[in-house]
Amino acid sequence: MSPVTKHRLLLLLPFTIFLVLLAYFAIGLTHDPSKLPSTMIDKPVPVFDLAGIDGGPGLASTDLTGKVQLVNVFASWCAPCRVEHPLLVRLAREEGIVIRGLNYKDKPEAAQAFLNMLGNPYTSVGADKDGRVGINFGVYGVPETYVIDKAGRIRYRHVGPLMPQDVENVILPMLRELAK
Amino acid sequence: MKKFFCSLSFFCSLKRRAGASAPLAYAPRGAGRRSAAWLAVLALISLLSAPAFAVLPDEKLADPAMEARAREISKELRCLVCQNQSIDDSNADLARDLRVLVRERLVAGDSNDQVLAYVTDRYGDFVLLRPPLKSYTLVLWAGPFAVLLIAGLGTALYLRRRRQEVEASAGIPLSDDEEARLQALLDGTAEKRGPGA
Repeated sequence: MSPVTKHRLLLLLPFTIFLVLLAYFAIGLTHDPSKLPSTMIDKPVPVFDLAGIDGGPGLASTDLTGKVQLVNVFASWCAPCRVEHPLLVRLAREEGIVIRGLNYKDKPEAAQAFLNMLGNPYTSVGADKDGRVGINFGVYGVPETYVIDKAGRIRYRHVGPLMPQDVENVILPMLRELAK
Repeated sequence: MKKFFCSLSFFCSLKRRAGASAPLAYAPRGAGRRSAAWLAVLALISLLSAPAFAVLPDEKLADPAMEARAREISKELRCLVCQNQSIDDSNADLARDLRVLVRERLVAGDSNDQVLAYVTDRYGDFVLLRPPLKSYTLVLWAGPFAVLLIAGLGTALYLRRRRQEVEASAGIPLSDDEEARLQALLDGTAEKRGPGA
């Protein structure tokens, strides 16, 4: 390599660095900062035992083993929960999926009214009045939905309301895979 | 108020009591004569409401030493709802829950590190406002020093090369042409100086 070509290549260096940074930041911009990874993935669900709402069946960590199921964190005061609720009802009724409710920081009577109005997709609901079980799950917003495998381990977390494409593309394939 | 905020946002964050900035929502849009007065009033209101402390009296521990430790730990923990605030600063419900949790762990006899570990076990390293030094944070921590090192090496190389060039040219005698140009310059200066002096 002649000194002149070497010199020319060196001139390209700032531009190359610029391109690398550009790619780096472009990738960074595609990440949604409100969606955080869960550290609970592949870990067993936290140990808890919660009473039900309005005399209904409660929810304990022991209920979450033996069968692939979903845990849905919801509250009657949460508007996006209302958005995803019909989808949960359809999943439970038409796909026969076991969905457990974690009623996060809610009044039991308000939660019951919510379910009476919109339908109850939950096999059982635990009333997490002070949000402690939520914290143990790593919940930082409502709604959140967790996929639990047969061994009672958390395999996936969805943050925010479930949308039909999330269910079709992620949740249902995962449930089928885990059920094998 | 919680319901109101939730209905506005797509993802229902566990926010927030009516905040200090609420009056600003009623800021006048028109550019009328009164807008300056309005702005002054609003500025006054926001000044008055600025020192809004997130930590509520009922959360505080009786033991001042332990309360001080709790504050110290809370400043290290990110509020996951309003991500650039610590739980010590944030009014979000989840931040309050975590502040209470931190104090409970301290009362139960945990060390500061154990409390931080308790929270990171559930929320991950992201919850720490000061990222820990790990393999995937190496670029973050070492990056600035690496840039400094490269810049320093570059400067040193440049200075060395320049010095070598100066030194290399020191022993070479002037060519006839250079000798003549130097002489002309010296003469020229002497001539110019002559009449002026």
